Amino acid sequence: MLLATLVPLQAVAFGLVALGAPLVVLTRDPLRQALVNGIYGVSLVCLFVVLEAPDPALSMLAVSGIGYPLVILAAVARSRSHERTKDDEKR
Amino acid sequence: MSYLPYAVAAWICLVGIAGIATSRNLIHLAICLTVTQSSSYVLLLSVGYVKHGKAPIFLGTKLGTPAVDPVVQALTLTDIVVSVAVIALILALALDAHRLSGTIDPDDLADISG
Amino acid sequence: MSRRVRLLLLGPALLGLGALLAWAIAGLPAFGDYRGPYGFVLNRIVAPLRHTTNVVMGTTFDVRGIDTMGEEFILYAAVVGVTLLLRDETRSRQAERRTRRFGNDTVRLVGVGMVGGGLLIGLWLMAFGYITPGGGFQGGVIAAGAIVLLYLVGSHRDYRPFRDERFLDPLEGIGAGGYVVVGLAALASGAAFLTNLFGLGTPGMLRSGGSIPVLNWASAIAVTVAMLLLFAEFLETYVVPLEPEDAAS
Repeated sequence: MLLATLVPLQAVAFGLVALGAPLVVLTRDPLRQALVNGIYGVSLVCLFVVLEAPDPALSMLAVSGIGYPLVILAAVARSRSHERTKDDEKR
Repeated sequence: MSYLPYAVAAWICLVGIAGIATSRNLIHLAICLTVTQSSSYVLLLSVGYVKHGKAPIFLGTKLGTPAVDPVVQALTLTDIVVSVAVIALILALALDAHRLSGTIDPDDLADISG
Repeated sequence: MSRRVRLLLLGPALLGLGALLAWAIAGLPAFGDYRGPYGFVLNRIVAPLRHTTNVVMGTTFDVRGIDTMGEEFILYAAVVGVTLLLRDETRSRQAERRTRRFGNDTVRLVGVGMVGGGLLIGLWLMAFGYITPGGGFQGGVIAAGAIVLLYLVGSHRDYRPFRDERFLDPLEGIGAGGYVVVGLAALASGAAFLTNLFGLGTPGMLRSGGSIPVLNWASAIAVTVAMLLLFAEFLETYVVPLEPEDAAS
């Protein structure tokens, strides 16, 4: 019932995405999570291409490869400089 | 009958919400929010899929070949790019809270005063 | 509420939400069994009506143009919010004192090649967005990424012209406002908001689609500058050297 009209390629793409989402959530360190999120974004791109949607696939590729790592890493860097400022103040 | 795509979208949404609720770091929370947003993209594109349909680009293909729904694709592609800016705003709020209170744990943030 | 109470509530809440979602999914048509009329209608009429071969872009900027204007304003408002929260005037003077080059030569070489290539790909996606898959949104993010790559492979001094707020802020306004101006021009000429003003060219060439190319480039500029501004705001304080009067803010 669940799989009757799906081509095997589509089923595999959906399965990879369903596998990737808990992996992103379970990674607790934000720096590592940025990398796992990038891989999850690539699996989403494969899913969008298999669903015959080239424009959302291009968007997701650009955003998960460039957009999210940019803001996440910049935020992590800035929060670490806050920590360093606080440590310097305590000393 | 096949409902696997919609089930996958619901599963991703629930996983993302569970991640947000159990998060110990505000940046981790923002990334779990992006996972929840991606479930809406999967749902939209699955609803718009036409069996044996091609991509809705008609450069070189004859008009009238069955193609998938372009409206949901238009919704999805602008939403993906705008979500980067919204996540940046959430991260900026998290950084401000971190600077003012000294902690990036959402549970400890409830105790700051003044 | 404390963390334990929150976690205890999470289980039943997720189960309830899952049940609601399952009930909603049971009412959907099966995957691939698309019934709605709009998809079929748009696939037939947009290409002959607007002379664009990319029906998704024709929908984004013409059939559904007002929603894209709303999305651009969401982008603009988010960037204004980040700027208000993170921009600090007193620190930006001292920001350039520390310029550290990335140590590895191979990475720098590959990166320099990627800057030009990425910029070209971004510009190509922007220019041909309404003919083949692409568009202002995708091309904007890629072009902004290529420019930020300058910061990674060069030094801060190479990247500094692209971080200048006096140059980026007006451009962001031009991108977001240009969209509205095109719509208002149509209003001023007596037709409805965002009606097509320019002549429709031949489909498949660059000059096609009426006012779609203008709106496409306006949103491309808005998205590129928004990404550059976001990165610039986040990175502003990181390169400031820590001095006693800075740390006691």
